[in-house]
Amino acid sequence: MKYLYYPGCSMKSTGKPYEESMLAVFSALNQGLEELVDWNCCGATAYMSISELKAFALSARNFALAEQQAVNGETNLIVPCAACYLGLNKAQKNLEEHKDIRAIIDKGLASAGLSYTGRFKVRHPLDVLVNDIGLETIQKRSIRPLAGLKVACYYGCQLVRPYAEFDDAHEPMVMDRLVTALGGTPVPWPLKTRCCGGSLTGTIPEVGLRLSYILLREAQQRGCDVIATACPLCQFNLECYQPKVSKMYKERIDIPILFFSQLMGLAFGLDRRPLGLHRLFVPFDRTFPVAAAEGGAHVG
Amino acid sequence: MSAEMSTNGAPKVGVYVCHCGINIAHTVDVNACTAFAASLPYVTVAREYKFMCSDPGQEIIQQDLRDGKINRVVVASCSPLMHEGTFRKATAVGGGNAFMFQMANIREHVSWVTLDKEMATDKAKALIAAAVSRVVHHAPLVRNRVPVHPDVMIVGGGIAGIHAALTMADAGKKVYLVEREPTIGGHMAKFDKTFPTLDCSACILTPKMSAVRSHPNITLWTYSEVAEVSGFVGNFKVKVRRKPRYVKEDQCVGCLDCIDACIYKTAKVPDEFNVGLSKRKPIYVPFPQATPLVAVIDPETCIEFKTHRCKKSCAEVCQKDAIDFTQTEQIAEVEVGSIILATGFKTFDATRIARYGYGKYANVYTSLEVERMVNAAGPTAGEVKLADGSKPKSVAIVHCVGSRDAHTNRYCSRVCCMYSLKLAHLLKERTEAEVYNFYIDMRTPGKGYEEFYDRLLQENVHFVRGRVAEISDWAMEKQEEGKLTIRVEDTLVGVVRRIPVDMVVLSVGLEPQADADDVRRKFNISCSHEGWFLERHPKLAPVSTFTDGVFLAGACQGPKDIPDSVAQAGAAAAEALALIDRGYVELEPNTAYSREELCSSCHTCVALCPYGAITFDTTKHAAVVNGALCKGCGTCVASCPSGALQQNLFTDEQIFEEIKGVLKYV
Repeated sequence: MKYLYYPGCSMKSTGKPYEESMLAVFSALNQGLEELVDWNCCGATAYMSISELKAFALSARNFALAEQQAVNGETNLIVPCAACYLGLNKAQKNLEEHKDIRAIIDKGLASAGLSYTGRFKVRHPLDVLVNDIGLETIQKRSIRPLAGLKVACYYGCQLVRPYAEFDDAHEPMVMDRLVTALGGTPVPWPLKTRCCGGSLTGTIPEVGLRLSYILLREAQQRGCDVIATACPLCQFNLECYQPKVSKMYKERIDIPILFFSQLMGLAFGLDRRPLGLHRLFVPFDRTFPVAAAEGGAHVG
Repeated sequence: MSAEMSTNGAPKVGVYVCHCGINIAHTVDVNACTAFAASLPYVTVAREYKFMCSDPGQEIIQQDLRDGKINRVVVASCSPLMHEGTFRKATAVGGGNAFMFQMANIREHVSWVTLDKEMATDKAKALIAAAVSRVVHHAPLVRNRVPVHPDVMIVGGGIAGIHAALTMADAGKKVYLVEREPTIGGHMAKFDKTFPTLDCSACILTPKMSAVRSHPNITLWTYSEVAEVSGFVGNFKVKVRRKPRYVKEDQCVGCLDCIDACIYKTAKVPDEFNVGLSKRKPIYVPFPQATPLVAVIDPETCIEFKTHRCKKSCAEVCQKDAIDFTQTEQIAEVEVGSIILATGFKTFDATRIARYGYGKYANVYTSLEVERMVNAAGPTAGEVKLADGSKPKSVAIVHCVGSRDAHTNRYCSRVCCMYSLKLAHLLKERTEAEVYNFYIDMRTPGKGYEEFYDRLLQENVHFVRGRVAEISDWAMEKQEEGKLTIRVEDTLVGVVRRIPVDMVVLSVGLEPQADADDVRRKFNISCSHEGWFLERHPKLAPVSTFTDGVFLAGACQGPKDIPDSVAQAGAAAAEALALIDRGYVELEPNTAYSREELCSSCHTCVALCPYGAITFDTTKHAAVVNGALCKGCGTCVASCPSGALQQNLFTDEQIFEEIKGVLKYV
């Protein structure tokens, strides 16, 4: 199966290491991703909160472009950013359920020589990795298992809510299962889907940063070595404000925040630079030895 | 037939259009309908009346019959479910045959489903025309009577089944009480105290359990399930699957020596009766007052069944030679006239609400687990303990878990508010902990219930109004560390609270038994969309079902507390007794019959009949219908390729004339 890939703005900016590591990991699994040509903003946050219709129109154009580009019968659009994932899904649901919205959007697309049928399904890379490619394949490819690494799997608020397309809305498990397949240890914690602060860290910092602090402190208290995320904004909030949060709450907060795809790359034995690890503000320097081949003798 | 309505000569149809107060007259032009009816062929009388079902209304029909003005009756009024019986009877009292009658439903099918008077009147006319057109082709029919078998079967040995069984048995009827578990007692046997009186559950239940055991009129089959039901009201044949308990029931005296002797020196198997809070051995009795007090061997865990190499010390020690590893499942077959279903409920599976942490945090319990914990005969001998063995200093009781919730069950489970209050009282009494109740609304209607709530308020139990959002073990403040924190919106104060506690009790709701749908199929009754067994009428026939002779008692019909279950069990017993004491049932004559000369011997109908009412007569070379077994479903009639099978009240002619009637007059 071939997938089209919709990056969205974050993957090209603050979430650059997410894109780098994700593409590297898919390529290591021999799974090609073809980027959507001429993609535009998904319509999240700024548009969505002011005019839903404009947000839907932006999403619909992306779907229409995907349908045009899909000459090999692709029907899956991989969307790594949690906000884009939710925004595109929401637009699609509204276009399905509301004829009046659909009529306006169809007209708008037609004026640009485009059309929308709804045959593309929005897929998060976690969903594709675990459910299409499979944990067994991933485990086999993990030549440097993350032995002893205690990971807080953090899904954020948008991945499974409200649509819960591929996991439980309250107790998602795919990332936990993925980390286990990589040889790491997911640490049970109840904050998997609790808000990171979102854009409030920028607008009302005393509220936003407190939310980040709750997550960081709890992960640290549970002895986690790293928090794994699947959302560029979560990663940004949790990582970049750590000095500020430490100062605010008079408590040393120091924990690396990685994209799940970076952890995968490490387990796959890929180099650090192509995984964007050099871009981290809170460095993650751990390395993992190559697993002894099954039945093979240890040297030394 | 000659003594009844004459069918000779031309049909004379009387049409009676009912106003039903304003229920019909408000939407349907009754005058126009009556005038229209008068214009129809064969109609000799057309009248309207405010309430046809009233005595004067029925009298109008009877007088017209007596006067010889009519020999067929059409009443245009409500659904036949309401008053078909009334008008058939009126027709018979007036000297006619009850089946020379047809009803046109212009209320449920017309006036109640539209506001458009013109369209309503048109549809009412069409239905009247159809009824007239059909009734012309009716023939007199006779109801047959069959005797009612005086024995009764009661399925389920909880408090409802027990009470119904004792009531029937005390009235001198022979009762078969069938229970799936190794003992009777049901959920009530697991409780410590009952609300609101706080009397000991076992103390009031166990005398009734032993009364069942010793009653000469009750045959008690525990560890048994109904396998198959056939027949009809008054004459059911029931096959009961009696599972092997590998201990002879008539030999075992309940000394329990076998359990002590079992080669398992310590118990290793999760104990079902203690909802997994303790362990039992492969040979066990569920609890000390189990009835019958007969041991049972669980072949899944018994070494002898797994390896055939056990030294069988249980059998060695038994002085009665009651242990029998060769027992097999037996099928008992009995005939009964009526059946009472009292199969009870199951509690909501709390793992379905992940955010409450059941199964994730050791100190989150369900209410049923806590019932066992506070019970002196339970796994902790009545002590309330946390997973680490210490006493809780604070306990949260979360109401409406799996009730009043669009994601799980919309309905109120009715018992949880009260049992939560009871548990709050018991927890406070046993632990002196701070106890918090988190509720949406307190629902305490019932004798002494509101007073009990008041008493708990006096006992300094905390009440927070709000549905709990989350139970988690992450700490925001120092005092939350190592605790379970309840996050809830206190909707009376309008703030979000975080309340750290040591222990959480989830007040789980009541749900239909997992196999309720199989059971309902077996007994040919209906379920509500939630899966509760459906009563015939929610207000006026609450213990009857749509299958005559099958009655409902207790929580299988919907969530109920003990007093309501017992009351309903008594009502079900009374209905069954009334049926038995009348001694006969009248069979509806709308049965199928075979026009044997047309039968092509294809056998299609024989295989299709769900009631086994059709046999193939090899001498006549034709299918024949047993009228006593036929339920009038019409399956055979519809499937017969040669039209040999017909059904009384639904002959081809009657149905086609009815259709023609509708089409001609629209």
